[in-house]
Amino acid sequence: MELVATTRRTMGRLFAAVGAVVLAFGVLGLATPAHADIVNPEMPFKVSGNVQNNGEPVAGVTITVTGGGGFTATVPSGEDGKFVVGVPEKNADYTVTLDETTLPDGIAVVDNPNTPDFVEGNVQTASVGPGGRVAMNFFIGQGERHTVAWIDQVVQRLISGVNFGLMLALASVGLSLIYGTTGISNFAHAEMVTFGAVATFGLVHVFGDAALPLAIGLAIALSAGLGWALDAGLWRPLRKRNTGLVQLMIVSIGLSLAIRYLYQFFIGGGTEQLPGADSEKIQLFGEVSLSIVDMVSMGLSILLIVAFAWWLTYTKVGKATRAISDNPSLASASGIDVDGVIRIVWIVGSLLAGFSGILWAYFRPGIRWDMGGQILLLIFAATTLGGLGTAYGALIGSLVVGILVEGSSLFIPSDLKYVGALVVLIGILLFRPQGILGRKERVG
Amino acid sequence: MSSSDKPTTPVKSTGLHVGEIKPGVAKKDPILIADGVRRQFGGLTAVDVAHVEIPRNAITALIGPNGAGKTTFFNLLTGFDIPNEGTWSFNGKSLAGVPAFKVARMGLIRTFQLTKALGLLTVMDNMKLGSTQQTGEKLWASVFHFLWKKKDVEIETQALDLLTRFKLDAKKDDYAASLSGGQRKLLEMARALMTKPELVMLDEPMAGVNPALTQSLLDHILNLKKEGMTVLFVEHDMHMVRHIADWVIVMAEGKVVAEGDPYEVMKNPAVIDAYLGSHQDVDLGTVTGRITLPKQGKEK
Amino acid sequence: MDVLGILSSTASFILDPTTMAYALAGLGLAVHFGFAGLLNMGMAGFMALGAYGYAIGILTFGLPWYLAAFVGIGASIVFALILGIPTLRLRGDYLAIVTIAAAEIIRLFLLTSAFVDVTGSADGLSGFNGPGGTVTNPIAGAGGFNDSNPIPDGEYGFPPFLDDERTWYLRIVGGIILAVGVYFVWRLVNSPWGRVIKGIREDEEAVRSLGKNVFAYKMQALIIGGVFGALGGLMLAFSTNVNSGVYVTSLTFFLWTALLLGGAATVFGPLVGSAIFWVLQAFLGLLFPALAKAGLLPFDSIQAAQIRFILIGVALVLLVVFRPQGIFGNKKELTFVK
Repeated sequence: MELVATTRRTMGRLFAAVGAVVLAFGVLGLATPAHADIVNPEMPFKVSGNVQNNGEPVAGVTITVTGGGGFTATVPSGEDGKFVVGVPEKNADYTVTLDETTLPDGIAVVDNPNTPDFVEGNVQTASVGPGGRVAMNFFIGQGERHTVAWIDQVVQRLISGVNFGLMLALASVGLSLIYGTTGISNFAHAEMVTFGAVATFGLVHVFGDAALPLAIGLAIALSAGLGWALDAGLWRPLRKRNTGLVQLMIVSIGLSLAIRYLYQFFIGGGTEQLPGADSEKIQLFGEVSLSIVDMVSMGLSILLIVAFAWWLTYTKVGKATRAISDNPSLASASGIDVDGVIRIVWIVGSLLAGFSGILWAYFRPGIRWDMGGQILLLIFAATTLGGLGTAYGALIGSLVVGILVEGSSLFIPSDLKYVGALVVLIGILLFRPQGILGRKERVG
Repeated sequence: MSSSDKPTTPVKSTGLHVGEIKPGVAKKDPILIADGVRRQFGGLTAVDVAHVEIPRNAITALIGPNGAGKTTFFNLLTGFDIPNEGTWSFNGKSLAGVPAFKVARMGLIRTFQLTKALGLLTVMDNMKLGSTQQTGEKLWASVFHFLWKKKDVEIETQALDLLTRFKLDAKKDDYAASLSGGQRKLLEMARALMTKPELVMLDEPMAGVNPALTQSLLDHILNLKKEGMTVLFVEHDMHMVRHIADWVIVMAEGKVVAEGDPYEVMKNPAVIDAYLGSHQDVDLGTVTGRITLPKQGKEK
Repeated sequence: MDVLGILSSTASFILDPTTMAYALAGLGLAVHFGFAGLLNMGMAGFMALGAYGYAIGILTFGLPWYLAAFVGIGASIVFALILGIPTLRLRGDYLAIVTIAAAEIIRLFLLTSAFVDVTGSADGLSGFNGPGGTVTNPIAGAGGFNDSNPIPDGEYGFPPFLDDERTWYLRIVGGIILAVGVYFVWRLVNSPWGRVIKGIREDEEAVRSLGKNVFAYKMQALIIGGVFGALGGLMLAFSTNVNSGVYVTSLTFFLWTALLLGGAATVFGPLVGSAIFWVLQAFLGLLFPALAKAGLLPFDSIQAAQIRFILIGVALVLLVVFRPQGIFGNKKELTFVK
């Protein structure tokens, strides 16, 4: 789990960097100097890396890089745990040494189970390739290094995948219902996901950490309200205007951008935590462990999904919803209040999305203004996989995507784990656009 | 062709078939032959035509009740849909597996039940699009004006001539979206003629057309034959079928149930059965003509 | 508040390489969406390939800069083919999702540390433009893009366009690419070829029934638009470092906003749209913080600088709903057809 968190945080920083780059473009427009620090025309290539303890950057650790021709350079790691050393040659090997005496007491460099090419110990050989740069990361842990049994890793990933999948399911059934009843490919669904987390964060800020359950409850209610407001203020008027589907899709993109940056406006570009995000992990068996938050999260997801399925299958509105997904004009002709049902679909979809956002905030962990956008394509993948417009399909699709994403990091670098899901998304659209549960006639 | 309003009197072609008239009867000079063409959607067999031949240089009507599979059969013949099995050939060349655009290039042009005028192109651009073998439609040649200018002027003359005949010349610079439903039908037919086809397949050419325009549309169809083309059309209006068709093919539930001369075929019990079920005492023209009775839902 | 300073910085964006890059990519989107009706939501991917193809061509393969530029363009053509062969038969909104996913896959591959030697991972690549650029690189060294600059060192022009020889060289190169590109697209869309793709935009079945190979035309349009996307990326790479963090989906959405601002089915729309987009961006990005600093807005200057991004989203919504043909487009030219 450590590395997963690390990768996420690194990616988080990257997104911050993206923001900075966009900003830099906006203000400077032209060439932004790459590294004003140690890399310079004399030392054009570089060795860089991270020093991290359980995903937290460790500052002030001494790193020494030595190489051919008597080259030696010593730098401390920065506040963000990063170090960069300019080196004179490429296609050359350098020795990177972490001075363990400069580490805080009680921790040492450990092996990382998740990356095959991980640094062994505190002395490491870095090959600066033709690209002129190499990155190496030092992971620090409690005392000696340990390895995790393969089967334990598999089980851990599987559980993690189910957890992630259930969270995705909450978001994708809503997206699927909205697509089914209105035809909108709603890109702003990502922001509806973020909304739950941001609202919880804001409410906790007001009521204090102890009122977390209250904050979550209120945030979910607010999410439902957001769905109603979006429908009443935007989508319903557009329906009345008979706006085309492509236009609606681009409107949802514009809405997504506006809301996303509105979040950034209020909570800034950094990552915030909800109370309890660092809850204790409980060892189940072997090396498999789960935090209480994970367990509660899975339990609540299942509860909510069952409730939703019951609603969709047995209630009058649920049945009407499915009827509209199936054939809107027929449903309308048989006396169903299509507009009313669509309003309820927006409310329910937004409620579920908001709840999944809260879970996502714990799963990542952390709240960011673009956190929904990070999983939007996975939500699309899950929805498409299950069959666009079929809610039960979205549920199955989400579990498949969740397990695929988490499981694939057993085999491929974890920063590529979303690629698998995206490839599946493309493959499904190409070869079985009706999805797993969709009927063929729907498409075309 | 004259552009006067005097209706053209149809000259019926006769003696098109060989031997006894029955569904799938052989023709003296068939232009299109379909054999064992079957198309299933899930469990439903939409088209199951054992054998049918379309006579050359004649006007053939394809009729049948809603859901008989006429439009699907059109789609199969023109490559817009792929049958589960069967062979069919045009001018002796097999069309199985030939993509729609190549079918069109071979001289078999179809129009659509729901008109497909290209709304945001001008009427003239719609027409020019119909012309085949334009150098300027090749990517690289299109950049060099001098390579296609001459051909484009030729096409424009040809298009203007056709538009004049279809009385659309005054609208040539308007966007097709601004035309009325009937005018769009005319434009679609005129555009199809730009390809200089041998066989024109019209899917419900009269549907949604203002009665004032029907006579001129009928004249245009009759003139196609006069100019040596073959016409196959789907129509529900039995008066029109009787008026202009030389031959009628009746489909019901995906199969060809009867063929023959338009006046004879209406008396065929199989046809009456297919159309009317229990209402056998009613005149067919009244039941299927779209003026007397409101039209039923569009078939898909 | 330095009103003159703000106006002058803003005006310089009319001739900014970033604006030109947007205009080039926007021109590609116009070919895709405005003329052929293809919903490409992955333009950022095409741009990334143009930029990275160029940078990697120089740094990894040691190619001269002008050949490396063709690596970027070639990569975008290959991408268009891989993307197009299966997806051009799909419905419009499916194409949108496939292209956005494909562009993300490209970005993730450029970002992963697995290929750090080639892509520079999160740091991106730099130093490929040769001396005078940001970082010297022996391989790029002499013969790099910066070295091909015939303009003698010095400052040229007049405020707000008073800049050094490198900036002017970028502007001239960008201007030439843009001028040739606009002429090429203008020729294309006003030819019989353009007639066919506009027909496909309206109704591809009808065009198919007239004997046109619709798939081939869509593929050609996808490739041409993609190449313009790569040229946009190339333009960015000429002017600065490449970093996968730039080629995110937001970039595609910003391009769409710029395109719809100018008018999607027009040749000059992307140009005008990009200029307006970036000038407004720069103006608001300076104006709001200045207002905040002067105490005229009730939030800090970092927040104030964010407002413009919110406005982009709002502008996109309003444009699509109320003026889909763009500010200068002809109402009849583009209403969304599908």
